[in-house]
Amino acid sequence: MADKPRTIYLDNNATTRVADEVLEAIRPYFCDLYGNPSSMHAFGGQIAQEVRQAREQVADLLGCDPTEILFTSGGTESDNAAIKGTLAATPNRRKVITTRVEHPAVLAVCRDLEAHGYALVELGVDREGRLDLDELEHHLDDDTAIVTIMYANNETGVVFPIEQIAEKVTSRGIAFHTDAVQAVGKIPLRLSDGSVGLLSLSGHKLHAPKGVGVLYVRKGTRLAPFMLGGHQEGGRRAGTENVPGIIGLGKACELAGRFMDQENTQVRRLRDRLENAILKKCPDAMLNGHKTDRLPNTTNISFEYVEGEAILLLLNRFGICASSGSACTSGSLEPSHVLRAMGVPFTAAHGSIRFSLSRYTTEQDIDLVIEKLPPVILRLRELSPFVPK
Amino acid sequence: MWEYTEKVWDHFYNPRNVGEIEDPDGVAEVGSLACGDALKLTFKLDGKGRIKDARFKTFGCASAIASSSVLTEMIKGKTLDEAARITNKEIADVLGGLPEQKMHCSVMGMEALGAAIANYRSGGKEQKKEIDGRIVCTCFGVTDKEIERVIRENDLTTVEEVTNYCKAGGGCGGCKGEIEKIIAAVQQDRIKQTQAAPPKRGARLTNLQKIQLVQQTINEQIRPALRAHGGNIELVDVEGDKVIVAFRGMCAQCPTAEFTMKDVVEAKLREFVSEDLFVEEAPVSE
Repeated sequence: MADKPRTIYLDNNATTRVADEVLEAIRPYFCDLYGNPSSMHAFGGQIAQEVRQAREQVADLLGCDPTEILFTSGGTESDNAAIKGTLAATPNRRKVITTRVEHPAVLAVCRDLEAHGYALVELGVDREGRLDLDELEHHLDDDTAIVTIMYANNETGVVFPIEQIAEKVTSRGIAFHTDAVQAVGKIPLRLSDGSVGLLSLSGHKLHAPKGVGVLYVRKGTRLAPFMLGGHQEGGRRAGTENVPGIIGLGKACELAGRFMDQENTQVRRLRDRLENAILKKCPDAMLNGHKTDRLPNTTNISFEYVEGEAILLLLNRFGICASSGSACTSGSLEPSHVLRAMGVPFTAAHGSIRFSLSRYTTEQDIDLVIEKLPPVILRLRELSPFVPK
Repeated sequence: MWEYTEKVWDHFYNPRNVGEIEDPDGVAEVGSLACGDALKLTFKLDGKGRIKDARFKTFGCASAIASSSVLTEMIKGKTLDEAARITNKEIADVLGGLPEQKMHCSVMGMEALGAAIANYRSGGKEQKKEIDGRIVCTCFGVTDKEIERVIRENDLTTVEEVTNYCKAGGGCGGCKGEIEKIIAAVQQDRIKQTQAAPPKRGARLTNLQKIQLVQQTINEQIRPALRAHGGNIELVDVEGDKVIVAFRGMCAQCPTAEFTMKDVVEAKLREFVSEDLFVEEAPVSE
């Protein structure tokens, strides 16, 4: 590999580039405006104004009140805080309901709770990754403390009908949390008009820096504080604010609102072009996840007879970045828990590749993948003992 | 991203000897689509019984392809007896090493080779790899004999290592207890075999040498035997010729502990350290 190829970044569900506008907005807060928002002097106090503005920018994107926004260190912290904070506030309820396709930031927390004596229900999904709402209804009872269900799946992009689910759950007096890390910025939200009580989002999935996130807490939601210390975030999440991160997230949310239409037109069109071309050019390839109930930027395709890591590493030579649900890419021995929950055969799960686009993805990027991917699959199939003659 | 060696990258990007030999002398298929990797190996012999040509087809990740590719290079020109002695460790070594979690790729190479040789020697009767031994890991279809072999050849001591090398225990995890037992049994065998070189018994020992030798004897000769029964032993003190030890785990409540003390602990210490030693159990303080 003599020349380093141009990077074709199609792994935006893993992380995104920081937007230029976001970087510009953050820049002054390291060496010039470095005060502590809690300080009793104007140098620090002026920063509190900026944090307040960022809070409003986030609230605008989510369609809620700024007082309902808690800044955290990211999606994982928000998920942990929402689930554990709810259980601590409702000690008499001992049941948690989630799905088998959640991100580990939710699933590992729930399974740990189960190990500590909570009853856990993990709802299954169908072959296209969709939930059975009747099954959820059947499990709701007076012992249920919280239902936590992701907005959109990080691996397949499948979107759950969260407003409908939230209404069902909260009307029974049960707390509802959604991990919306992949959905925010791609799906328009009006949280004030709906029933979601708690929602997690992560900055670095929408062109803000890593290390900042939000937990939306609807007014009147019972949640025990999860980080004790100072009085920041109304005493619910102590710790000096990550000011540059928060300013950046505010700016990123403003941009996401502005580009929302583009996500659903330009990005969707590029995704569809990529997906259709791959499925047409590569035999024995199939789409994982429902075709329409899906994020506009994600496609997950399985290639029979070949293994995901090998595909990724050959694509890597052309500068193409994607990800896979194969066992080998994780270092574990079993392929993606999401694809297995959907009943995708092991054979197809090992050869699954996810491409996730962003508003920075270009026509040329898509052209290059359409050109380079089919020969990679062909080459690995020539190596594979399973290809029927 | 995995840290592969240059040699792994080279064999992944430019695999050698890809394909299938028409009318081969030996052929074998190991692994499966469900397991995430699989290898079909074919070879042809020359007139003198040496491997003239070897070819592979592999479904799997970069290290699986590289392991298969380098294996075909390693066996060319070898007699079947020479080839049969190749271990998974040698395959990994020729590649300059593999990440721990990828060692099973080298094991797959070794298994395919063994099965292809068995196929030739059986006159082509054994097409698929015969199940040798009793299946321990039902998720990945790994037998006790296969587990024993990777433990022995790679000196493995934990279940996690066994999973890295042959996948056993990497699915539902239901067989982890059984894998632990196999590790204990194999590692004990190894100790019996290495008893040719027991701790050296000096003619005259200083106090420090004596204590060190007592500790070494307990570590190497006594503890493994107690471990096999879920117990353990700790050296508490040495006062002159009196060795004070404490039993832990199952041994602590064992009705035959007194017998173990005299028959095993004291006997071994006298054998390897000094005839004058006697052993006492530490008073229970907790």
